[in-house]
Amino acid sequence: MSSDLTELYQQVILDHNRRPRNRGKLPQANRVAQGDNPSCGDQCKVYLNVIDDRIADIAFEGSGCAISQASTSLMTTQLKGKTQAEAEALYKQFHEIVTTGKEPEEISDVAAFAGVHAFPARIKCATLGWHAALNALKNGATTATTESHKD
Amino acid sequence: MTPSWKNVREDFPILNQSVNGKPLIYLDNAATSQKPKVVIDGLASFYLKDNANVHRGLHTLSMRSTNAYEGARNRIAEFIAAESPEEIVFTRGTTESINLVAASFGGSQLKAGDVILLTEMEHHSNIVPWQLIAQKTGAKIKYVPVTADEGQLDLSSLDKLLTSEVKIFAFTHVSNTLGTINPVIELCRKAKQVGATTLIDAAQSIGHLPLSVKEIGCDFLCFSGHKMAGVTGIGVLYGKKALLNAMPPWQGGGGMIATVDFDGSTWKPSPERFEAGTPNYADAYALGLSCDYIDSLGRKAIAEHDSRLASLAYNELSKLPGIRLIGPSGARSGLVSFAFKDVHAHDIVTFADQDGIALRGGHHCNQPLMKKLGLTSTTRASFYVYNTDSEIEALVKSLNRIIKFFC
Repeated sequence: MSSDLTELYQQVILDHNRRPRNRGKLPQANRVAQGDNPSCGDQCKVYLNVIDDRIADIAFEGSGCAISQASTSLMTTQLKGKTQAEAEALYKQFHEIVTTGKEPEEISDVAAFAGVHAFPARIKCATLGWHAALNALKNGATTATTESHKD
Repeated sequence: MTPSWKNVREDFPILNQSVNGKPLIYLDNAATSQKPKVVIDGLASFYLKDNANVHRGLHTLSMRSTNAYEGARNRIAEFIAAESPEEIVFTRGTTESINLVAASFGGSQLKAGDVILLTEMEHHSNIVPWQLIAQKTGAKIKYVPVTADEGQLDLSSLDKLLTSEVKIFAFTHVSNTLGTINPVIELCRKAKQVGATTLIDAAQSIGHLPLSVKEIGCDFLCFSGHKMAGVTGIGVLYGKKALLNAMPPWQGGGGMIATVDFDGSTWKPSPERFEAGTPNYADAYALGLSCDYIDSLGRKAIAEHDSRLASLAYNELSKLPGIRLIGPSGARSGLVSFAFKDVHAHDIVTFADQDGIALRGGHHCNQPLMKKLGLTSTTRASFYVYNTDSEIEALVKSLNRIIKFFC
C-alpha cells in the first residue's frame, strides 16, 4: 500500500466511516442544509439546532465515500457547542489542513485529514459536509453544491 | 482474420507509461477511448501540411482541406451504411447531435399532448435535451422501464407505451452503466408501426459493434468521435435525408445559407444547413482515420474481444465478497459496473489509481437509473481493443486488497 494511501485513509477516518457519529435526523433542528456533489452524486443533509447563536445539537444523513462520511461525522463532533464564528474559524483551519497538508499545532482529530491534500480530486469530498453546515448556519436552509464554491 | 491484440497495444503510445509507479491499466474506455498513433499523426500532418478553411476557398490548400473534410463525410457515411453523405452532419459530439434533433426536429414537430418516449437507462444527454423541448412545446416525456434484476428494457410494457401519440422514440444502443445491448432493430420496427420517429444514442456502440443504419432502420443516430479511437470535439448526427431537409436550421451563420438579405435568408439543404460557421474540419478528417483504424481491426472482432473481456471480468468479479454486479448476467457490451455495500466507488477509484488502474466511479450521468437501482454510485471498468486478460487479473487483485482494507 502506498504511503499516500495510508496517509489518506487514517484510522480516525476509517473509524468515523465505519461508525459515523451523530448520524440521523434531528427532530428539534431549526436549521437544515443539503450538500450535493453533482459530479459524483454524493449527498448529505446537515441538521442543526441553534440556540442563542450556539450549536446545541447537530446531526447528518447522507451517502458518500469514506472521506465525505468521515469528514462530516468528525465535523459534527467538533461543532457541537460552537458559535457560528467559532464554526467558521474551525472550517478555515480544516480547509487549510486538507488543501496544504499542514497539521495544526494543537493535537486534534481533524489532523487526520491532512492526507487529503495529496489527492486534489478528493478535497471536495472532505469539505462537502462543512459547506452544508456553514450554509445552514448562515442561511437557515439551503442546498450547498460543490459546483457553487471552489472546493 | 482476428487481429493480434498484443500488437494492437503498440498502436497506442499513451499506454506505455507508469502511473503512481505501476504500469498504466486504462479501464475507463466508456468515458473516452485512447487514440492510436495513426490518428494523432494524421491530425498533426493535416495541420502541418493541408490546413485552410474549407469551402468557398479557391486556393490549393483550401481545396485540399475541403477534400479532407468531405472525404471524411463520405467515409463516415460508408462506415455506418448511410445512403448518402448528405445524411452525415458533423457536430461536437453525441450530446450536441441529440440537442440538435430535440431543438430543430422536436421544436418544429412537437405540440402539447405529444409524447417523447425515452427509456430509464438513458444517459443524461438523452434526457435533458428532451426535457428542455418538452417544457417549450408542452409534449410529455414517458420512459420505458428497465428491469431491476437484469437491467434490460421491459419490452412487455413497450406495446402499451408505444402509442400513436409518440412522436419520437429516443433510446440508447448500449447502456454506459449497465452494459446492456438493446434490440435496436426491433425497437425501430415497433416505433415505425405507430409512426414514431426514432433516434439512437450510439455513443457506446459505435466503436465497439458492427453498426449499419440501413439494417437498424433508425431515423437518427448520434455518436461521438472520442469514444471510437477518435479525437475529442467531433461527433456525428446521422439523419434520413428527407427528415433533415424538412427540419429548420438550428444555428445560423456562414456556410448554412443559400441567400442572405437584410429582410431574411434561405437555407442550404443538409448537411450544410446544420453546420453554421467554420466547421471542425480537422477533427472530422481525423475521425475518418479512426474509422479506417477500427475497420482495420474489424468491428466484429472488436465486439468479440470486448465482450470476452467483459465476461471474464464479470465472472472474476462475481467471486469477490459483498460485490453487487449491475446489469445483464448474459450478453453484455465491454463494460462491467459494480458496487460494494461497505466500500464507496470513490474510495475504490482512488485505491485502484494507486495501482495504476484507471476506473470510473459515480453515477455515470445516469442519476434516475441509479435511484431506481437503489444506488448512488457504482464503479465501472470498461474495455477496448488494447485491454488484456492480465489487466483484468490485476483489477481483481487490486479490488481484493481494497475490500480487505475497508471491511
